[in-house]
Amino acid sequence: MDDLLSEFIAETRETLEALTGEVIAWEADPTDRARLDSIFRFVHTVKGSCGFLDLPRFEKLSHAAEDVLAELREGVRQPDVQLVSAVLAVIDRIGELTEALEAGETVPGDDEHLIAALRAETVARTQVVAVPQQVHQVRAPVRSIRIPLDLLDRLMSGVSDTVLARNELARRLRHIDEPGMEAAFERLSTCVAEMRDSITRTRMQRIEKLFSALPRMVRDLSADLGKQVDLEIDGSDVELDREMIELIRDPLTHIIRNAVDHGIELPAARAAAGKPAAGRLQVTARQSGNQIVIEIVDDGRGIDDKKLVARAVAAGVIRADTGDSMSSDERAALIFSPGLSTADAVSAISGRGVGMDVVRANIERIGGVIDLENRPGQGLKLLIRVPLTLTIIAALTVTAGDQGFAIPRSAIEEICHDGGGAIRIDHLGGSSVATIRGRTLPLVNLETVLGLPGDIAQRGRTLVVLRAGFGCTYALGVGAVHDHEELVIKPASPAIMSAGVYAGKSLPDSGVPMLLLDVAGIADVAGIAEDDLASVSAAPAPVEVERQDLVSTLLFRDAGGHRRAIRLALVERIEDLASAQVSHSGGCMRIAVDGRILPLLGLDRTPETADIKIIRLNDGAVELAYAIDDVIDIIAAPVRPDAPSRDERFAGVLLVDGVQVELLDPLYLFSRANEDRSVSADGPLCLIADADDPWMREILHPLVQAAGYRVAFADDAAGAAADVLIVGDSSAPVEGAAGASVLRLLPDRPLKGDDGVYRYDRLAVLDALERTARRAA
Amino acid sequence: MMDRLYLIATIAGQPVAIRASAIDSVVDIGEVTPVPRAPAHVAGLAALRSRVLTIICCDRALGLPAPARRSTRGVVVAIDGHHYGLLVSAIDDACVIEDDVRPVRTRLDAGWDKVAVGMIDFGEETLLLIDPSRLIAGPDALAA
Repeated sequence: MDDLLSEFIAETRETLEALTGEVIAWEADPTDRARLDSIFRFVHTVKGSCGFLDLPRFEKLSHAAEDVLAELREGVRQPDVQLVSAVLAVIDRIGELTEALEAGETVPGDDEHLIAALRAETVARTQVVAVPQQVHQVRAPVRSIRIPLDLLDRLMSGVSDTVLARNELARRLRHIDEPGMEAAFERLSTCVAEMRDSITRTRMQRIEKLFSALPRMVRDLSADLGKQVDLEIDGSDVELDREMIELIRDPLTHIIRNAVDHGIELPAARAAAGKPAAGRLQVTARQSGNQIVIEIVDDGRGIDDKKLVARAVAAGVIRADTGDSMSSDERAALIFSPGLSTADAVSAISGRGVGMDVVRANIERIGGVIDLENRPGQGLKLLIRVPLTLTIIAALTVTAGDQGFAIPRSAIEEICHDGGGAIRIDHLGGSSVATIRGRTLPLVNLETVLGLPGDIAQRGRTLVVLRAGFGCTYALGVGAVHDHEELVIKPASPAIMSAGVYAGKSLPDSGVPMLLLDVAGIADVAGIAEDDLASVSAAPAPVEVERQDLVSTLLFRDAGGHRRAIRLALVERIEDLASAQVSHSGGCMRIAVDGRILPLLGLDRTPETADIKIIRLNDGAVELAYAIDDVIDIIAAPVRPDAPSRDERFAGVLLVDGVQVELLDPLYLFSRANEDRSVSADGPLCLIADADDPWMREILHPLVQAAGYRVAFADDAAGAAADVLIVGDSSAPVEGAAGASVLRLLPDRPLKGDDGVYRYDRLAVLDALERTARRAA
Repeated sequence: MMDRLYLIATIAGQPVAIRASAIDSVVDIGEVTPVPRAPAHVAGLAALRSRVLTIICCDRALGLPAPARRSTRGVVVAIDGHHYGLLVSAIDDACVIEDDVRPVRTRLDAGWDKVAVGMIDFGEETLLLIDPSRLIAGPDALAA
């Protein structure tokens, strides 16, 4: 009897879940005979089983519903909104009774009014308010049996045991040298892996289980709010771990409610905005690698990000000047911050915001990510990415105080090494901050948080940048980073969870238990609450200074295999070129491209490979190409190189991740490219006073020459006929150039009244040179 | 029969009885991986085949200092789906005791008071009957 009852409960619940969508679809199209039939079948089955099981309330309800549905089938009655609602109410009550039956409780009240509602003849036909439709449901008969979940879990742990035994065997086999053994072992390994795979899949369920409840929810909500919503669902057949499905249910429900409640406007408002009266709500699921992506798109009013920012500033979540510098999506993402989640905020910002921080927290807790794309006035798109299963996650293993820990990869933004000049660590009043490429983050040392021994003061540690939630990004200092591993994660016992810094436990192939760190918990324990973070990141001054000091720099390997760098601003583009376009002609390397010939630097003979990669540089006047082997990275490097260069080709030497990299000197490159233009023999003669000043000789000389002047130095005899004399701040007096006009170059920006030109201002120098030369002529 | 079967073990120098029905197995606990920041009575984690046990130091759970040398004898229990290994000084016996459990008639030390659910006669001795789930909850929860 108990078996029969639990069978009845399980079956009813399962059919109910599938049925809600059918009822809505049927309401949208009352002539859909197939839907009507399936609803009829359901109540008929319930009626049959519960008579047998002696469940009088079930029987009465299902009997009444069956009668009405039979009338509909015969065409005696026509379905209308009230009738559909009455049928829905009965189905709901059956659901409630089922749950109560399982819990051994009773549902108070009687069902008479529900039954009366079914029988009531409709007086006037009301307009159908909600028009949910297009429920894509593919129902193919699936052969299946019911298995208790703990049996599946036992199977899973059995397979994990097998994997461990296999690993043990593998270790022992290394000492045995027997032909054929390896192949046999390989086969065993493959079998075990396959078995683990299929057992993992037994825990998978179609996301339909989650989606099938949506049409009903949207219908009820939009009817309550007087809105019209077209719901489109796609991807119901995507499979997900059953636990995962349960964990996404709440966040998804929340998002859909928000979309209907706050996103989609009333029909009149939509008409005024030139949109169709019925709002569109699309929910799609798809698998992408080992992630499931769920997209919720509506064409409502979107988030008013300006109001949201004002609200966030008022609530103290961000500073006013921070809001100005945020991109529009960043502003809209403020919706996820906890300060803005109160009901009062919602009405004030006319947007959404009911507990979106909770939604985000829930998604992130299961290793997921939520993003949004906001088009104010046009709609909102929310993107949820979650791992396929909770039990196996991609993790990074690290050590602290000789003990291994795992960090979920989804929380990791980047891993960097405190070795090069790119990271600065400051100790401020007992805490530390790390400045990584101009971004200041709180620094937490794992050893400190966990109370483990370790030399955390030592340099050269590895920092893992973690995102623990909205606005909560911090750097975690660890002893060492080990490996990327897929780990089977099991929940840890309450005694361990009470520590507040762990998210679960795992048994990696090594056989030594390992704990999975809870990145949000660590932030909590370390005392970097979001308020503190806001103050760190909202202190823009040091960040800005830092940014000015750094410029984007392209790091590449040149044709000779050397690591070199060039300022990114000079690079027009990077392109691949057929080697046939390259030739040594007219005394230097050139390329033919876009119907022109450009000088090619960085290569001294025709390449042997079929094609080459080049960087195209353009300073506004001169174009040139530089041959490279490949691009390595784009980095932020200091304006002033870490060491000067004695080679005129380079502006200096940078220290990048502990490696010395030569920074190409653009002046040299462009002057080389310009040598093509022969200096006209009758150009004005320019006399440079300080032949010994390297700046004059190496930088000014090519510049002046490139501008079409002949150049002489103070000790040249030719200098006597100079048209222009260029002197520096501390030049010795020059004799024998009496006819020349004087151009004075200053090492600093000239103050008012100073006679001269700032020598680093290239345009001003050329301009002054030209004016001076004209004056002389 | 099963509900009258008891495991007799020594915890903190004191022989105690634990209902066998609450026990999964009795094993030797090997390497224990410490769990930083965990309550003091959690000795760490240990692998038992594919299972990871939370290892509980019974002495600490009673609010007593930990023994000088960690015992390797573990009583495995499953509570709320989690497996625990209770470190005991010794496993003495497993036997059926027909006598009924009597309420504790004496004043016990605070730690013992919270974990003992009754007294039972075993041969010449009177033993305390211990509830493993109360040991696992630890001294802080016990004090509450």
